[in-house]
Amino acid sequence: MSQMLAQRDYYGKALRALACREDIVVLDADLAGSTKTSEFQKVCPERFVEVGIAEQNMIGISSGLAAEGKTVFASTFGVFATGRCWEQIRLCAAYPKLNIKIVATHCGISVGEDGATHQALEDISLMRTLPNMTVISPADAYETYAATMAIAEYDGPVYMRMGRSPVPTVSKEGEKFTIGKAKVLLEGKDVSLFGTGQMVFNCIEAAEELRKEGISAEVINVSTIKPLDRETVLASVSGTGCAVTAEEHSIIGGLGSAVSELISEELPSPVQRIGTMDMFGESGSPAELFVKYGLTSSDIAEAARRAIKKKR
Amino acid sequence: MIRLAKSEKELKEVANKLRLDVIEMTSEAGSGHPGGSLSSADLMAVLYFRVMNHRPSDPSWDGRDRFILSKGHVAPILYASLAESGYFPVDELMTLRKINSRLQGHPVRGKVPGVEMSTGSLGQGLSMACGFALAAKMDGKKHRVYCLIGDGELQSGMNWEAAMFASQYKLNNLVAFVDRNRLQISGCTDDVMSIEPLERKWESFGWRVVTVDGHNIGQIINACNWAKRARTRPTVVIMNTIKGKGVSFMENNVAFHGKSCNQEEAVCAENELEEAMRFCR
Ligand SMILES: Cc1ncc(C[n+]2csc(CCOP(=O)(O)OP(=O)(O)O)c2C)c(N)n1
Repeated sequence: MSQMLAQRDYYGKALRALACREDIVVLDADLAGSTKTSEFQKVCPERFVEVGIAEQNMIGISSGLAAEGKTVFASTFGVFATGRCWEQIRLCAAYPKLNIKIVATHCGISVGEDGATHQALEDISLMRTLPNMTVISPADAYETYAATMAIAEYDGPVYMRMGRSPVPTVSKEGEKFTIGKAKVLLEGKDVSLFGTGQMVFNCIEAAEELRKEGISAEVINVSTIKPLDRETVLASVSGTGCAVTAEEHSIIGGLGSAVSELISEELPSPVQRIGTMDMFGESGSPAELFVKYGLTSSDIAEAARRAIKKKR
Repeated sequence: MIRLAKSEKELKEVANKLRLDVIEMTSEAGSGHPGGSLSSADLMAVLYFRVMNHRPSDPSWDGRDRFILSKGHVAPILYASLAESGYFPVDELMTLRKINSRLQGHPVRGKVPGVEMSTGSLGQGLSMACGFALAAKMDGKKHRVYCLIGDGELQSGMNWEAAMFASQYKLNNLVAFVDRNRLQISGCTDDVMSIEPLERKWESFGWRVVTVDGHNIGQIINACNWAKRARTRPTVVIMNTIKGKGVSFMENNVAFHGKSCNQEEAVCAENELEEAMRFCR
C-alpha cells in the first residue's frame, strides 16, 4: 500500500540523522522551514548557516567550506537553486568537483498556486549540462531519505530535486539507494515507461491502465538522471522496442532528452516524452495543473499507445 | 472601484479598503502573502490614488509613471490597487491563484493590465526599474519610475549592483521604496542577515535617502514630493512599517508571511478593517 509522504520531510529527517557527522554543514537562504533544513538547525545549530536571501552568495560560501573539507548541503527552491546560481554552481561546485550537495525543494508544476516564477521546470536540464555534476530526482519520501544518505557519502557535487507536496510512496522504507542505478519496478514486454520523481507513481498507474487493454508495460524508476543507467535503459528497450519518458519537468533537456539521446545513438526505437511542453507553468492546484499540462497517468498511457504504434 | 482620492483621510480609507481586498482574496485562494501586503498598503494607496500619473482605462499610455513590484510575493496588494483604480473588475480579485486566472500567484507582465514586469524571484526588481528609468532618460521622457523592495530582499546582492548603476547614470527619475517591516520568512531581518546601517548604505551608494513612518500618509506624500525635486541622484524612501499592519493578530506575526487567514480569522480581520474604515470617514 502506498502512503502519501512529503519528500522534503524525509530530506529533513535524513539531515537530522547526518548531524552526527562532524564534516556536515547545512546552508539556507531564508527558507529553512520550507526546505526542512530547519530539522538540522534544531539538532545542530553550530553547523547550520543562514545566509539570508542571497542564493548566489550561498553557493560561493559552500565552495570555500567544501574546499576546507566540509560536506555542504545547500538548499532552496529549485528555480533559485539552479537558475539563479547556475554560473556560481558551474564555477564553485562543478569545475573544482567539490563536495557540495545542492538539494532543491519546490520543483515541478506541483508547486501549484505560487505560479510560474516558482515552478522549476528547467532545473534538471540546467544541472545536467554541467560536467562532473550528478543529478538525482527521487521518486518518493523513502527514496529521498536513502538518496540523501547516499549523496552524503558520495565524493563530488550533486544536484537533487524534489517537489513540495506529499507524494505516494513507490519504494519501501530502508531500501538501499545506489547512485546511478535505475530500478525496474514492473516487468513488461510491450513498452518501457521511464519515470522520474513523482511521475514514477503515474507510470505505475499507467501500466495498470494499459494492462487492462492487454498491453504489458515495463516501469523503470530512473532516479539518477545523470549519470544515466545506460545498461538498464538499453536492456529494457531492447526487450520492449519502444519507450515513454515521464517527468515533472520540461520535455527539453531532462530525463526525456537523456533517454532519447542514448536510445537514438545505441538502439534507435520510438520514444514519446511526457513532460511540460516548451512553456511556463501557471497558478492552480497541483491536480488541475497535472491535467492541464498533460502529466497524468492517462497521458502516459496514451503516449505508450503512440510509442507502440510507431514500432516497426 | 475607487475614484482618485484627495485628502489624507480618504487615502487612509483607501489603504484599508486595499487591505480588506487582500484578506478576502488570499482567504478565498487559501494561500498567498498577506503580511507583507498589509505593510505596503499605505504606500500603494498613495501611489495609485495620489502620486502616480496613470490611466487605468489606457494601461499602456506612454506618459504613465511606471511601478515595479520587486517583492513580487505581495502580488495581492498590487492586484487590489489595480482593480480598485479601475484596471479590471474588483470581482476578479477572487480568482487569485486559481487555474486559468490572470491573477497569478506572482505578477506576470502582459497578463494583467497595469503590471509592468514579472517578479517573484527576489532581488531583481530594482535592476528592472533602472532599465525603465534609463529608457525614459534616453527617450527624453518625463515620467518617473517607482520600485517597491522588501527589507529582507535587500540581502540579495543584485540590489546593490543596481544601486551603484542608478547613481552612476544619475537616474533622478527613479524612486525606490524599502518596506522596512523588519521581518522575513525565518524571523527578524536583523537575526537572519542584518542590512544595517541601512540609511548609510544607500547614502554611500550615492542615493538621496529619506526615512518615513510607512503608515503615515502625509509623510509618504511628502517623501514622494521630495523625490520629484531630485536633480542628479536617485531617491530611496525607507518606510518603517509593521508586517500585517491593520489586523491585530497579524501585526508583527511572522506566521502570516506566506499563509492566508482561515475562515474565522478572515471574519475577524475583515471586521477590524471595516471598523478602521468607518473611523476614517
Ligand atoms: C530569490 C528568492 N529567494 C527566496 C524567495 C522566497 N521568499 C519569498 S518571500 C521571502 C521573504 C521576503 O522578505 P522581505 O523582503 O522582507 O518581504 P516582506 O517581509 O515585506 O514580505 C522569501 C525568502 C524568493 N521569492 N526569491
